[in-house]
Amino acid sequence: MEIKAIGCEPLSLKRIGVKDGHTLPVYKKTGGYKSLEKALSMTQDQIIQEVKDSALRGRGGAGFPTGMKWSFVPRDSPKAKYIVCNADESEPGSFKDRYLMEFDPHAVIEGMIIAGYTLGSNTGYVYTRGEYKYLIDIMDVAIGEAREAGILGKNILGSKFSFDLHTHTGAGAYICGEETALLSSLEGYRGHPRLKPPFPAVEGLYASPTIVNNVETFTSIPQIIEMGGIKWRDLGTEKSGGTKLWSISGHVKKPGVYELPMGYADMEKFIFKDCGGMLRDDKKLKAVIPGGSSVYIMNAGQILGKGVTLDYEGLVAAGSMLGTGGMMVMDETVDVMETTKNLTEFYKHESCGWCTPCREGTDWLVKIFDRISSGGGRPEDAQLMLDICDNIEGKSFCPLGDAAAWPIQSAIKQFPGDFKKWLTEKTASNSVTPNV
Amino acid sequence: MAAAVPTSYTDKVIVSDEVAEFSPAIIDEMKMHVAKYPANRTRSALIPLLMLVQRERGWIDNPGVNFLAKFLNLEVTDVWETATFYSMFNLRPVGRHHIQICKTLSCRIMGEPDITNHICSRLGIHPGETTEDGKFTVTMVECLGSCGTAPMMQIGFDYHEDLTAEKVDKILEGCK
Repeated sequence: MEIKAIGCEPLSLKRIGVKDGHTLPVYKKTGGYKSLEKALSMTQDQIIQEVKDSALRGRGGAGFPTGMKWSFVPRDSPKAKYIVCNADESEPGSFKDRYLMEFDPHAVIEGMIIAGYTLGSNTGYVYTRGEYKYLIDIMDVAIGEAREAGILGKNILGSKFSFDLHTHTGAGAYICGEETALLSSLEGYRGHPRLKPPFPAVEGLYASPTIVNNVETFTSIPQIIEMGGIKWRDLGTEKSGGTKLWSISGHVKKPGVYELPMGYADMEKFIFKDCGGMLRDDKKLKAVIPGGSSVYIMNAGQILGKGVTLDYEGLVAAGSMLGTGGMMVMDETVDVMETTKNLTEFYKHESCGWCTPCREGTDWLVKIFDRISSGGGRPEDAQLMLDICDNIEGKSFCPLGDAAAWPIQSAIKQFPGDFKKWLTEKTASNSVTPNV
Repeated sequence: MAAAVPTSYTDKVIVSDEVAEFSPAIIDEMKMHVAKYPANRTRSALIPLLMLVQRERGWIDNPGVNFLAKFLNLEVTDVWETATFYSMFNLRPVGRHHIQICKTLSCRIMGEPDITNHICSRLGIHPGETTEDGKFTVTMVECLGSCGTAPMMQIGFDYHEDLTAEKVDKILEGCK
């Protein structure tokens, strides 16, 4: 697996491959905690302005402008405020946060302390998915180092500002990557999403103002403070600032985590040159899911020769979305309807059951997929599935429902041949795994 | 104080008033987790403590839940409410080595079905089952964030990536 930067100096991947880069001495030696010192000499408004200038958008999938999110926090509120790092990385196709936390845990801590200082918070939690136990251990060690060095705790680096940080484990629930569900989980409840508004920035953890940001968002903060927001933004495009980590998997020769400047041109070059091209040379590209499973699936015709730029706007223009940057590449051996069935099973399993459209809808969709794959396909099934998707999309309590509908809608639209073939030729499931 | 385990999650309903006991070292570890949260928000420690109970007892059983209810001053049903939501909590006993095979897209297209068949035929069980000697349980799980190194499985908390049949054989032989 490759981990490297292409088309830019490594920023987020700066300490990958640096010996002991995860330890405090090496982190400091390579420029670490300089941004914190600088931030502590700035005013809160100045920091928010830098983050706004940077055009940093949330790296967890939704892409909400981070500076704007921070500006929603009522800083004069008498309530305690909380900074929460969303390290619940469970979007199929995404595996970038893992490596950031493994190789650069102090960058996460530094970003969170700066956020705490900016928003007047004294407590932070790193909510990590339970399966990443080894990363929780790494974070615990890093937090311990920082505490001992006076970087966390009372009067950070001799200032008047105090901030402490704790790790918290999830226990296997995709929905907890949704920020309000994450907060329910952090309070010890089932991971059910909450009604918005009020947004977490106003009423989040323990009904107090809370900022929830992704791991990569937090590790970008020290870079922005160090370089200045505008300079950081200019690494990318005007609307999509900075660099972005892409996780690429599936049928490519060199899967891995790549850091690319936003606006990287283009997607075809990235897949065929940077990632070594198709895994099997004699197989053609068939489909790509560019941003984690919760975005529209693209066919080869939407990519080849189209000059799709890798940023928020470029992927929307090409008919999909950036999401988490978890790119899954499929060659012509893949049956796209099998793919869609696999993802729908995922959403059914991960639906939290809170709202009816998503709970019932994903269940029905899987039932229809199962019926078709056991030979009972009907010509009207495409329309039936689209109807169900229509009853989920925009009508579910949180975006997980939309995410379940989009792969099916786009698969039927972009791969009509596969669906037709499935209906007419399907006699038994290709899936050898018993359905459990 | 008795609580019924929802029948849909277990083979049989096990009702017990028994309260589990833990060593002082474990209790200290639990207190360390509770101390992370505001004094009136100790329920936040529930998931980390359920993880500890599972680590110590192998699964989330009735006595373990009864203990946590007392320890965190919650109702027994509160603890079950949370425990039954999360897929990592085993609501029935599992083997000493819990093999969790990722079945989501990238693993699926990179050879997971062959790996699953290889493991299951080697162990003589289906996914969801435990070997008779109680050594292995095989569970199919959703994406574990290892798509670039697919196919993969997790045994206990250890990631095993870029799997091949030979690699799986070696790993399983290493499980004592």
